[in-house]
Amino acid sequence: MRSADYLLKRGFFALVTVFVAITINFFLFRVLPGSAVSDLSRVPKASPQLKHALTAEFGLDKPKWQQYLIYLRELFHGNMGISFVNQQPVSHLLIADLKNTIPMVTVGTVAAIVVGVATGVLSAWRRGTVPDHLSTNGAIFFYAFPTQWLGLMLLIIFAGTLPAAGMSDPFLFSAEPFWPHLVDIGKHMILPAATLMLTAYGSYTLVVRSSMLETLGEDYVLTARAKGLPDRRIVRRHAFRNALLPMVTLVALDLGYIVGGALLIEVIFSWPGIGLAMYDAIGQRDYPMLQGGFLILTLAVIILNFAADLIYFRLDPRISQ
Amino acid sequence: MTLPLQDPQLAVDAEGQPSTRSGFFRTVLRERKAAVVGLSIIGFFVVLSIVAPYISPYSITQQTCAVYAPPSGVHWLGCDDGGIDMLSLLMQGGRISLVVGFAATLVAMIIGGGVGILSGYFSGWIDVGLMRITDYLLVIPDLVLMIVIADVWGASLFHVIIVIGILEWTSTARIIRAQVMSVRERVYVKRTRAMGASNARIIWKHILPQVGPLLIANTVLTIAIAIYLETALAFLGLEDPTVTTWGTILENAFQRTAISSGAWWAIVPAGLVIAAVIVGCFLFGQAVEDALNPRLKAANLSVRRWRLRPLVGRGPDAI
Repeated sequence: MRSADYLLKRGFFALVTVFVAITINFFLFRVLPGSAVSDLSRVPKASPQLKHALTAEFGLDKPKWQQYLIYLRELFHGNMGISFVNQQPVSHLLIADLKNTIPMVTVGTVAAIVVGVATGVLSAWRRGTVPDHLSTNGAIFFYAFPTQWLGLMLLIIFAGTLPAAGMSDPFLFSAEPFWPHLVDIGKHMILPAATLMLTAYGSYTLVVRSSMLETLGEDYVLTARAKGLPDRRIVRRHAFRNALLPMVTLVALDLGYIVGGALLIEVIFSWPGIGLAMYDAIGQRDYPMLQGGFLILTLAVIILNFAADLIYFRLDPRISQ
Repeated sequence: MTLPLQDPQLAVDAEGQPSTRSGFFRTVLRERKAAVVGLSIIGFFVVLSIVAPYISPYSITQQTCAVYAPPSGVHWLGCDDGGIDMLSLLMQGGRISLVVGFAATLVAMIIGGGVGILSGYFSGWIDVGLMRITDYLLVIPDLVLMIVIADVWGASLFHVIIVIGILEWTSTARIIRAQVMSVRERVYVKRTRAMGASNARIIWKHILPQVGPLLIANTVLTIAIAIYLETALAFLGLEDPTVTTWGTILENAFQRTAISSGAWWAIVPAGLVIAAVIVGCFLFGQAVEDALNPRLKAANLSVRRWRLRPLVGRGPDAI
């Protein structure tokens, strides 16, 4: 009963957050003075036809609340408007971009989690020793370096040895069979994913370290020791597993930060994902693209947050009580 | 106007509160080396920003050397793409970066502290309403939303400050709320209320002093985030193009091919000073927060007490 309640609550929260994000989007672009879509004079090459088409499609001449309803209706049909720049539907463009963003962000985040957990556990175990200081201070520093700066550093260091821009070699693109193409993409992914890993792993290290220290002090660890269990087993089975619980929450909370970081990284390495699309949209005043990019990234974070809620619930059923 | 309790000693014992605020910070600085290091770093950059126009070696509006001239005895950190001395740029850019960081944090702390105190103190529908808003904002990716707002509003220093300020208050609000909820239940607050003190007076005289150190710790941590976000917004071209900040220095270097020109000196120092300030804020803020959080301390103590450390020394197969 209770668990169903909990899941319903979290699901409801996720839905309302989606709604809030959509509403913020509408307000920013339509209601604020000088807002973007209604003020087409700021858009380069805004032809009268484009203006008419937009006015008709979004009902820009109607009262705001009607515009809002039209906006919601169009959105539910998957219509995010037409890109000002190349007159393609925004949803198609962004979904193509999303397919490029997801693998890079996934690889980077997973690497960050692995490195963060490993260094965090090491720190907690060797508490107060040189490895602990090294890994804690390293974590703080990498956490503090601006994402774009770390990216630029990797560019300076590896520009000659690893591909530094784009997602694949244009000369290799369609002619080659599947595997070399995949290897090529993997090579291009190293630098962006490594940057993401470096910016994100630091906070994981610190949290795993303190949560590991906390669990090592728990009574059940003492009990396990009193039972005479071997140390490996205590640490693996009793301390480590429980220490990982806060990681789920942290990774979920960090998603917004990771998405922001991924945006900067895509700009630096010209990775053709949503971040780069939004960056281009800023330069070209392509508001529908900007709006759509914000919405898709926000939806992604909300969905992943909900997923994290479910995972946490699966791992620790106590929270529903 | 007098304290509701006759015996001040009793009040302290019953509540177990830290003696005074200045006393608390003195203790933190005495007992935690990280706090001293952090505060020194912050202090160094604040002083440097104040005196920067008087001590920076060259003008930042005039060309004083060749384009991307490497570091030399005359120009210690070399020059940028316009032949402007990097060291001078860094010194004066830091001024605006710090102003943005501090101003945005002030906005964030007023909102976050206000929301946290109101929410924690009044509970009920005010609490529910404010916390819902906080939760929604926490989930929405902040940098992405900032980019959208800053772009719609237009690039300006003021907009960058406001945009960071109105989005970076959420975690502070939640932390302050939790603290206020516990302070509210303490005996002396209940007695004050029974004496007929108004809500405003209780908040101002009794709640605010108790959450003060936590608010300061959060302020310092938020400054770090605000400076980080400023560099990110500047990098994406959303900062006022006429000002120089650490963020715009990185943006210029990236846009104007510093990398292919091999001009690492246009990039490396800017990132190092940004990281130094952020680490400074982090060390100080974290030290204060740790000192306020007895749970962490107890956990560390118990580790020591139960002698779990030897477990560590049993060789590499321990994991």
